[in-house]
Amino acid sequence: MLAFIGRRILIAIPTIILISIFVFTLQHLLPGDPILVLAGEERDPEVLEFLREKYRLNDPIPIQYLAWVGNALQGDLGISFRTNQPVLELIGEKLPVTLQLATMALIIAMVIGIPAGVLSAYKKGTWIDWVANVVALSGLSVPNFWLGIMMILLVSVKLGWLPASGYQPFAEDPLQSIKTMLMPAFVLGTAIAATLMRHTRSAMLSVLKSDYIRTARAKGLAEHVVLIKHALRNALVPIVTVTTLIFGELLAGAVLTEQIFTIPGFGKLVVDAVFNRDYAVVQGIVLCTGVAFIFMNLLADVAYRVLNPRMGDK
Amino acid sequence: MLKPRHIALALAFGLAATAVQAQDMRIGLQEDPDVLDPDQSRTFVGRIVYASMCDKLVDITPGLEIIPQLATGWEWSDDGLTLTMTLREGVTFHDGTAFNAEAVAANIDRSQNLPESRRKSELSSITGVEVVDEYAISFSLDAPDATLLAQFADRSGMMLSPTAFGEAGIDFGLKPVCSGPFSFVERIQQDRIVLERFDDYWNADAINVDSVTFLPIPDTTVRLANLRAGDLNMLERLAATDVASVQGDDGLTMEQAVSLGYQGITINVGNGAGADNPLGQDARIRQALSLAIDRNVINQVVFEGAFAPGNQPFPPTSPWYNDAYPVPERDVEAARALLAEAGFADGINITVQVANNPVQQQMMQVVQAMASEAGINIELQAKEFATLLADQSAGEYQASQVGWSGRVDPDGNIHQFMTTGGGINDSGYSNPEVDRLLNEARTSTDTEVRVASYNAARDILIEDLPIIYLYHVTWIWALDDAVQGFVPYPDGMIRLEGVTINE
Repeated sequence: MLAFIGRRILIAIPTIILISIFVFTLQHLLPGDPILVLAGEERDPEVLEFLREKYRLNDPIPIQYLAWVGNALQGDLGISFRTNQPVLELIGEKLPVTLQLATMALIIAMVIGIPAGVLSAYKKGTWIDWVANVVALSGLSVPNFWLGIMMILLVSVKLGWLPASGYQPFAEDPLQSIKTMLMPAFVLGTAIAATLMRHTRSAMLSVLKSDYIRTARAKGLAEHVVLIKHALRNALVPIVTVTTLIFGELLAGAVLTEQIFTIPGFGKLVVDAVFNRDYAVVQGIVLCTGVAFIFMNLLADVAYRVLNPRMGDK
Repeated sequence: MLKPRHIALALAFGLAATAVQAQDMRIGLQEDPDVLDPDQSRTFVGRIVYASMCDKLVDITPGLEIIPQLATGWEWSDDGLTLTMTLREGVTFHDGTAFNAEAVAANIDRSQNLPESRRKSELSSITGVEVVDEYAISFSLDAPDATLLAQFADRSGMMLSPTAFGEAGIDFGLKPVCSGPFSFVERIQQDRIVLERFDDYWNADAINVDSVTFLPIPDTTVRLANLRAGDLNMLERLAATDVASVQGDDGLTMEQAVSLGYQGITINVGNGAGADNPLGQDARIRQALSLAIDRNVINQVVFEGAFAPGNQPFPPTSPWYNDAYPVPERDVEAARALLAEAGFADGINITVQVANNPVQQQMMQVVQAMASEAGINIELQAKEFATLLADQSAGEYQASQVGWSGRVDPDGNIHQFMTTGGGINDSGYSNPEVDRLLNEARTSTDTEVRVASYNAARDILIEDLPIIYLYHVTWIWALDDAVQGFVPYPDGMIRLEGVTINE
C-alpha cells in the first residue's frame, strides 16, 4: 500500500507543474493591465513604471514563471497586489473556512443523498422512487444563489433563527460557527445530495440485480443485511469516486454560495483576485486546489482498496 | 420569604440593567477595501474605513466647505505660493507617537517620495515643506494651487504615525496606525475590518460607540437582509431599486446625498487610431447622441428616480454647476438634423464599451434604445472592468461608458480629463483654450475667477463633447432606526462623530 501511495505521489508532481504553467500563461493572456487596476485613479507614468518593475511584469513570461517557481519552492508564493498580504498567509486564512464549509456541505449531502438513493433503488418504480427523484432533480436545478437569498429572507429576516451571513472561526466559538455555516452548507449540500442520490441509485440498481444478492436472499438473510452489508458496500465504489471528486471541487471554493453568504473562503478570494488581476493570489490558490484534487484522488484510490480488497496492488 | 436564590437572581438582573454594554457599530460595505495604507490605496470603499481611523489635516462640511481637523487654521501668502498651517496641540497617534509639524513633514515626504505612492499627482504642486515650530508648518508651491486644501481633506492629508511607517515601510497597510477616533484591531480579508475606540482621541467626547466592524457584503439584497435581520446597524450604497422597500419598513431609516462624481460616455476624439471615425472626428454626431438621450428616463427606468440626471462634470446641486446649460430635454428631431448635416441622414453605427455589470448594462440598453430612434445604432461591447480600463487607456475604443468617483475640489473632476496630456485624458481631447482656462481655474484662489474660467471652458466643452455626461450617483445609506445622528456627506464617507445607537 505504501509503495502504491508513493508511486501515486511521484506521478502527481508533473501534473502540478503542468497546472502551474497553464495557470501562469493563461492569466497573462487575459486582457487587462494589472498595473492600471493597481494604480487606480493615479496615472503618474513614473508610478506605473515603478510598479511594473516591482512586480517583474516587464520580464518575459518564462522568466517571470521561473522566478515564481524559485520562490514557491522556498515557500514564498508572493504577495497580493491588492492588499500587500503574503499569499501563503491568505491561503492559511481561507483554507479552514473553505474546509469547514466543504465538510459540512458534504456531510449534509451524504446524509440526504445516500439513504435517498438506496431507498429509491430498493423501491424502484414506486411512489417513493418518484418522490426521491423529483426532490433530487429540484435540488440539482434550483440555482444556489436563489435558494441562498430565499433562505436568508426566510430563516434570518422573517424567523431570526440564524445569522444572515458572515463567518465565525470554529476555534473561537464552535456553536456560533456552525450556526453561521449551516445555511450555506445546506444550500451547497442539497445540490450535491442530488448528484449523490442519482449515483447511489444507479449503482444500487445494478448491484441489486446480481446473482449474489439473490443467493443472499435465498439464504434467508434479513432484508436490511442484504441491502446494507451486501449491496451497498459493493455499490459504494462509484459513490466514493463521485464524493471525493465533489469534495475536491468544494475545496476550490464555492464561488456563488460564498458570495451570497459572504463567507471569506477560496471562492470569494479567487473571484476578487481574477477581477483585480492579482496574479500571485490566483496562482497560489490554483496550486493549492490542484494539490487538493490530487490528494482527493489518492484518497479515493486508497478507499477503493479498503472497500474492495480484490482491487489489490497491480 | 426571600430565598438566597432569589437575591442572587435579583442581583444578576440589577447588574444586567446597569452594566453598559460595549456598543459595536456594524457597517455593511459594498466591496472589500484594498490595502489600508492611505498612500497606497486606491478604492472608494477604503476611504470609508479611513474616515473612522485616520484624521486628516482638514475636513469638509456637507456643503463642501473646508473646516479644521488636525490643522486648526491656515493662511495663504499674497502670491499664493505659500500655505502656512497651525496644527492642533495634544494630539497623539494610536501608538502614542506625538503629532506635530515634524510628523506632518514626514507624512508629506512619504506621500511624495514613497515609490509605491498613489498620491504623487495630488501633491505635485508642493516643492518644499518647512517646519516653522512644533505646531506650525508651511508648504511652498511651484505655482498657486487652489486644489491643495481639498487634497488635504482626503487621503493626501491623512496623517499616519511616522514611527509606524518608519518600521513597517510599505507593509504599513497590514497594521495601519493613524490618529483618528478608532484604532485598527484586525482585518480578515473579504470578511471584516475591526476598529476600536481610541480613548486618547482629541475629540473623544463626540464618539459614542466602542468599536466599529466593517463587513464587506457585495450582494445588495443580502446586505439589506443583514440589516433587516439585525446583523448590521447600517449599510452604504443601498441599491436604488431597494429604496421603496426601505422606505416602507418602520424599523429602518434612509439618508442620501448626491455624490461628487459623474457617470457618462467618454468618446475617443484623439487617443490613437481608435479616434479615426466619424463619432470621434465630428462633434455634431456627439451632439446628436447627447440630444437623443432622455436623462430623466434613464434615472426613472434604471435608478427608480433616486439618482440625479446631469450634463456636466459637477452635479446640478454643486456651486460649480453652470446654470447656463441646464440638463437638456430630449430632442430626436434636432438629433436627426445634426446627423443629416454631418452626412449621416440614413443613420450611423457606433460601438460603445460598457462594464459587464448588470446595472451599467441596463443603463446602456436604455441609451441604446433611445439613440436608435434618432438613427444612431449603438453596438454595446460588454467588457470586464480591468479590460475596459486597459482598452480605454490604450485608445482601443470608440466610446466607453465610465464614471468618476469625484473630488471635493472641482478641478479633480475636470482638469486631468480635459487638458492636453492630462493623466486620465483617455479621450485624447486637446484644446489650447480649454487648457488655458482650466489651468487658470486651478491656480486662482479667487472663487469668482474660478467660476468664470470653468464657465468659459464649459462653453467650449458643451460643443465639443469629449465626454457626454449622463447622471450623478446618489449615495444612499440605510440604517437601523436605533442609529441616530448620522449626517450624509456628498463624498459618500461615514463620519461617526455624534452617531449613537439607542438600545
